[in-house]
Order: sequence, then structure tokens, then C-alpha cells
Amino acid sequence: MLTARTERIAVRGPHDIVNVRQVVRGWCLAVGMGLVDLTKMVTAASEIARNTLEYGGGGALTIEELRDGVRQGVRLIFEDQGPGIPDIDRAMTDGYTSGTGMGLGLGGTKRLVDQFDIASTPGQGTRVAITKWKAR
Amino acid sequence: MERIPILRMGQFLLVTIQVDMHDRLALTLQEDLTSRITEHGSRGVLIDISSLEIVDSFIGRMLANIASIARVLDADTVVVGMQPAVAITLVELGLSLPGVRTALNVEKGVALLNAAVASSGAMLEVDDADGED
Amino acid sequence: MPATPSRRLPRVLDERFDEILAAWTKEQTNGAKPGTASEGDIRARCSELLSAMRKALASSGADDVQGPAWAPVRDVLQRVSFIRAQQGFTPSETATFVLSLKRPLFEALRASAGNDAEALATDVWGATEVLDRLALFTAEVYMKTREELIARQSQDMLELSTPVVKLWEGVLALPMIGTLDSSRTQVVMESLLQRIVETGADVAILDITGVPTVDTLTAQHLIKTVTAARLMGAECIISGIRPQIAQTIVHLGVDLGDIVTKATLADAFKLALSRTGTTLVRSRNGANPTGSLTTTPR
Repeated sequence: MLTARTERIAVRGPHDIVNVRQVVRGWCLAVGMGLVDLTKMVTAASEIARNTLEYGGGGALTIEELRDGVRQGVRLIFEDQGPGIPDIDRAMTDGYTSGTGMGLGLGGTKRLVDQFDIASTPGQGTRVAITKWKAR
Repeated sequence: MERIPILRMGQFLLVTIQVDMHDRLALTLQEDLTSRITEHGSRGVLIDISSLEIVDSFIGRMLANIASIARVLDADTVVVGMQPAVAITLVELGLSLPGVRTALNVEKGVALLNAAVASSGAMLEVDDADGED
Repeated sequence: MPATPSRRLPRVLDERFDEILAAWTKEQTNGAKPGTASEGDIRARCSELLSAMRKALASSGADDVQGPAWAPVRDVLQRVSFIRAQQGFTPSETATFVLSLKRPLFEALRASAGNDAEALATDVWGATEVLDRLALFTAEVYMKTREELIARQSQDMLELSTPVVKLWEGVLALPMIGTLDSSRTQVVMESLLQRIVETGADVAILDITGVPTVDTLTAQHLIKTVTAARLMGAECIISGIRPQIAQTIVHLGVDLGDIVTKATLADAFKLALSRTGTTLVRSRNGANPTGSLTTTPR
């Protein structure tokens, strides 16, 4: 698998969520993703960006364009230095919400993408990577 | 401050969301709609989201909140014009917006609201016939 | 020095054109698949290719089969391969079209070479090289055509298996046949929602008469489709629930929620009509048993 190009953008405030949606949209269009897949990816990006902001206290997003043989896709890596998620399995369950009553649980977001990886260390931060491939 | 305009159409309110909403704007809309429903005694709210390219859980929850608040204030809410890709994504995400009525377009939304008002307020209309206006 | 094959081959082809063509056509018709092409067709195809080869050989020789001078030859072969791939010929049957030219061509070369064995060997070798390259080209085109055919067919199958039909103003029906897996559901959902937008339909009937079994996953796919349609403002009715499927649904504990279900497509259609403000009235005149429909304003 090959990373064709990358871009890094900040996730620091509510306006950045809008920015994340627009930038991710552009990258999905660039690899020729269909409308439904694109909508799913942008929505997933919006969900995780909000998590990064609300629970992680802000962070950054790295966008990568992937090539794997003839396959093309987009990978988004969200990283924050927040308190981390103590129980990832519980956070992945549908209907899970933390303190503020926000958050749908990450399970829904996982269903929108082809690959979902999460790593979190309490006290150090969280890293969520999601990938969506262009359907052939 | 940036605001989403709310249009008054007789006893209904119409909101057309044309921008990619940031969270603050969504919350402002919720507050504005609440006060306008009370101010005009509106019986229905139409929210046209046909220009929205995505609806995430935050916006979805805002729509559900508006419907619940409007319900308490005796107004029906109809969300109109949701794009197919948005609907598919919302379902996959696990958000089905229970309690929110939907219609294909503004015209059908108005028909839905008219029917709802007619079935709930037919008696009142007779009483009010020579009242105000 | 004997003439080089690239000079001799065109001459033989020129002088003995009719003889070669007749022999080749005969080879072809003898080994032809029954019902695929008439003798006249085969003759026309052979003659076309031989003429093109004669021109190409005369102008540029036999070395550059991929070059511009050979383009008319490649064009004929492309058409032959394309047609044969579509008619279901095997790759070897397709390549045989070119390879069967060897015997008539070698015969003609031998007849014109007389006693010069060395010249004949050189000529045959040269002709073999040309024909082998052309046969390889034919096989390549054949493979490419088959691949495209398969890709197009599988796409067609997906779309064909999920037709969305308009039953009445504002009423769509989706007769589903076969197993409902998640990729299929995706296609079904997308085409249904797209048609709802295009037709402005208020009601969509999902008919599952042709779905062999309904398990928890299938039920979930159905519920997702119904929910997505509802989000857009259209109501769904599920019809065609056979008795054993009804039992399975209850047995599995699947909650269809407030989704309206009907036993038959006809029942669902009746309900859909009444939802869209159309009533079905049977004509009083016994001579016209078909009944009539009236649309009443809502």
C-alpha cells in the first residue's frame, strides 16, 4: 500500500469541524468516490472531529490518499493529547454517551467506513484512524 | 452574529438551511425557532435541508430537539428534502430521527402540516370564525 | 539467393489469392460451430482478412504486425474476436480462425517454390511467424472482450435484479428476488431512494415474495431501507410475506417496529392507493368487471 499524498489540518475549535468536512470532501472527490461513500466518509470525519474536540480537547487530522494496486482510498488519522478513553469497548457500543450527553458511541461511525482503528492511552491521548476505499 | 433566516408563512415557519452549519449556528437556530414559535403562535415548522450535503449526529440531534420543543409548544415539525445519500448515511449511523416527520419537498411538507392542523384544530376554527383577523 | 519471405509471401498471396481463399473458407466451414455463421459470412470474413493482409504485406512487410500498415488487418481480427467472444467461442476456437490459414497458405507456398526446398523452408517459417503473431493478437482481443463482457454483465445483473417500478402516480414497487445481502441492500436502497426523488412518490412497496429466506440480517437490511425512505418522506409497505417467513420473523424475535406489512402485493397496492387519496370503485355495470379508479383531492 502506498501513500500518494498527505495533508495535516488542525482541529482546535467548532469552526474547524466545518473545515474538516469540506477538506475531506475535496479529498474524497479527488479519488473519484461515489456520492454515498463520500457522504458516509465526510459524516464519519465530522463525528470523530467532534470527539477530538469535545473529549480530546482538540488535536489534529492527517489526511492520506492511499493506493493499493488499482484500489484508491482516503485515510483520516485524528490525534489528540486529551485524557484518553478508559474503556474503548464500551465507547464502541451503540448508545454510549459520556458526560455531556453527546456522542452516539463510535459504533455508528465504524459502520460508515471500511476500516476503523482506535488506540487510546489514559492520560496521554487518543488516535483514531478511518479508511474508506473507492468502490470499483 | 451569523444567523439562519426564519420565514413566516401564515401559521407556519419555514427554515431553509443552505450553509454547512457549525455547531454554534445550529444551537442559535434552535433558540431562534423556539422564540419565533411562541411569538407568532405558529402551528408548524418546516425545515428544508435539501441543500445539506451531510447530516451528522449533532445536526440530527438538533433536528430532533427542535421537533420535541415545537411539540411542547403545540407545533408540528416537518423536515423536508433530505438527500438520498444523507438518508442512507443517517440510517447506517444509527440515527432514524424518531418523532420527526418528513416530506419529500416543501410543497408536500405544507400539505402534511395543513392536514395535521385541520385534524387537530377543526373545532377551534369554527369558534374563531368571526373573532380576530 | 532465394527471395526473402517478406517479398515472396505477398507475391504468392497475390498470385494464388482465389485458391488460398477457397481452401481456407473450406477449412473454416468444416470446423465451424453449427448455427453461428453462414458459409457466405465466413467467406466474406476470410476474403476481407486476406485482402487486408495482402495490402499490409506489400506495403510494409511481415515484421511489424503492430505497425500502422497492419491496422486494417488488426481491425478485421478485432471484429472477428469480438463477435466470437460474444457468441461463446472458446479462446482456441477463436485463434483457430487465423491458424487454419496455415495449411492453405503453406500449400500455396509449396506449389510456387517448386524444387527449392531451402526457399520453401524460409517461406514457411516467415508465414508461420506472421500468422502466430496474428493469432496471439486475436487471443488478446478475445480475453479483453470477455473481461468487459463479464464486468458489464455483473453490473447489469445487480441493476436488473432490483428494478423499481412505478405502479401508480405516487406509488413505487420494488419486487425483490433472491438473497438480500448487504451489497445488494446498498444497491436496492440507492435505486429506491433515487426513484423516490425522481417520481416524488409517497409510498413504496417492498415485495419480498421472491426472497427465499429472511434471517435477522435480512430483516435488518429491510428495516434500514424502510427507515431511509421514511427519512426522505416516503412511506414503505412490505408485502409478500409468506407464512413460513412470518413464523421465522416471530421466531427470531425480529422487531419490525411500526412498519406496515401485507400478505400480498395486491393488498399493499390497495393500501398505497388509499394513502395517496385514490379509491378503487368496482363498476356497477357487470359488463365491465375491471372496475375504475378515481382520484379524490386530499
